[in-house]
Amino acid sequence: MKTGHVDGALPAVSFENLTLGYDRHPAVHHITGDIPRGALLAIVGSNGAGKSTLLKALVGELKPLSGRIDYHGHHRNDIAYLPQVVEIDRSFPISVFDCVAMGLWREIGASGGIDGACAARVAGALEAVHLTALANRPVGALSGGQFQRVLFARLLLQDAKIILLDEPFRAVDAKTIIDLIGLIERWHAEGRTVVAVLHDIDLVRRHFPQTLLLAREVLAWGDTPAVLTPVNLDRSRRFNEGVDEHATVCHHDEARETA
Amino acid sequence: MIDALLEPFTEFAFMRRALVGSLAISMTAPPIGVFLMLRRMSLMGDAMGHAILPGAAIGYLLAGLSLFAMSLGGFAAGLAVALAAGLVARSRVIREDASLAGFYLLSLALGVFLVSVHGTNVDLLHVLFGSVLALDDAALLLVAGIATVSLLTLAALYRPLVLECFDPHFLRSVSRWSSPTHLIFLVLVVLNLVAGFQALGTLMAVGIMLLPAVSSRFWADSAGAMIAVAIVAAFVSSVAGLLISYHYSVPTGPTVILACGAFYLFSMFAGRRGGALWGLMPRKHLEA
Repeated sequence: MKTGHVDGALPAVSFENLTLGYDRHPAVHHITGDIPRGALLAIVGSNGAGKSTLLKALVGELKPLSGRIDYHGHHRNDIAYLPQVVEIDRSFPISVFDCVAMGLWREIGASGGIDGACAARVAGALEAVHLTALANRPVGALSGGQFQRVLFARLLLQDAKIILLDEPFRAVDAKTIIDLIGLIERWHAEGRTVVAVLHDIDLVRRHFPQTLLLAREVLAWGDTPAVLTPVNLDRSRRFNEGVDEHATVCHHDEARETA
Repeated sequence: MIDALLEPFTEFAFMRRALVGSLAISMTAPPIGVFLMLRRMSLMGDAMGHAILPGAAIGYLLAGLSLFAMSLGGFAAGLAVALAAGLVARSRVIREDASLAGFYLLSLALGVFLVSVHGTNVDLLHVLFGSVLALDDAALLLVAGIATVSLLTLAALYRPLVLECFDPHFLRSVSRWSSPTHLIFLVLVVLNLVAGFQALGTLMAVGIMLLPAVSSRFWADSAGAMIAVAIVAAFVSSVAGLLISYHYSVPTGPTVILACGAFYLFSMFAGRRGGALWGLMPRKHLEA
């Protein structure tokens, strides 16, 4: 992964000595590496390891403390993001159909109409997540798992080159997980880059060819079987998420330059 | 019966003006109220009503009973409070409701201070509580102009506004509309309160903005339908309030808002979506 562009293609996104954090305390510390185009990458790590922080930085919600992210020509519109905590007001009076249709924003914008072709695509997305029967129900009437399907249907319509999922399978039953994994593998087959923060190691082993094991710093990054070894997982579990209030200034970069 | 309904409007020009002014306000304030409610900012309308009061008072003290000066003063004060509250909230130290409370209380205290220092004045009180029966041409034009601008802006802003209420995170991730939408919406809130205080007074103006909006949730299942219900409810309440105040010689502004309030109570009781009446008569559930 870090060896660069063997096949000559640009990566989807590159981290260049990236440090992210809150109030100067790093949550992600000096990360360097490429996410190849078309990768299906799982990000794994303990609580507080910086997984969600990394995704937030990728969508531009968090400015790096140092280092940078190279998007290789991708724009913010090329990136779709499903956050861990959605701020969605589920009591809002909006139908499932309308909610999913907002995935077309990039095409219809603030005032474009939804014509027959668009409506057919929305119907197709609803069909893909098995929600056709509920299209006209208000979103407030859905269960947690059904609502997660709605969000996936919206992602489907966003038609993004890079898709970031932060713990997409929380509070979702086994059957729904299978359906949603099916969508993720479909995106992968279409050549999209998919990055998902996950906790279920077995699921990652079965469905994600590549894994980034994070513990504030990169513990391991590469092919999943090589990353998720007992030794690495043990190191990940021993990660101490506490923030040292009296931490001194990091001199990592100076040390590297003089070396 | 028909006479009692029509005669006040056919006989008296001031009643016709009041009718036109009420119609204009009913077209625009309730949709704003629907979005305030959907954004869980219902009480913000009340806070802004208080924030406008000192601005109008300053306008009055500087220029006398001048529609222009008081409207401008009210608009400036309301906008200053809304923007200051919004900007402080963006810094994420305190939430918007807390920063709004801080600024509107400051503004209100300043207004009361100014009015007290310069002595109370019956005219001023009259204005603060509205005068729908004394709308002159300039006031009507102002109210109608604000209604027109508000409706056009709402139409243009409808989709981002719905998303900003429903899923602000998503709106921020797909476009740059989020902050402008929020700011323009705040301007609309202030504009409509200014329009309302010409007719109903700064305090009662909040009533026609919010009561029909809150009631509409008991009848409708989509934002569009809620807006339609709220507009009709506001207009019917206005006409009812005007007629009752005419026939029984009671103050107009509060009567209009009481009519809105009566509709609110009725909606809670009989509303198709969750009204108490339907809870008393449970229907058999469906198969799926």
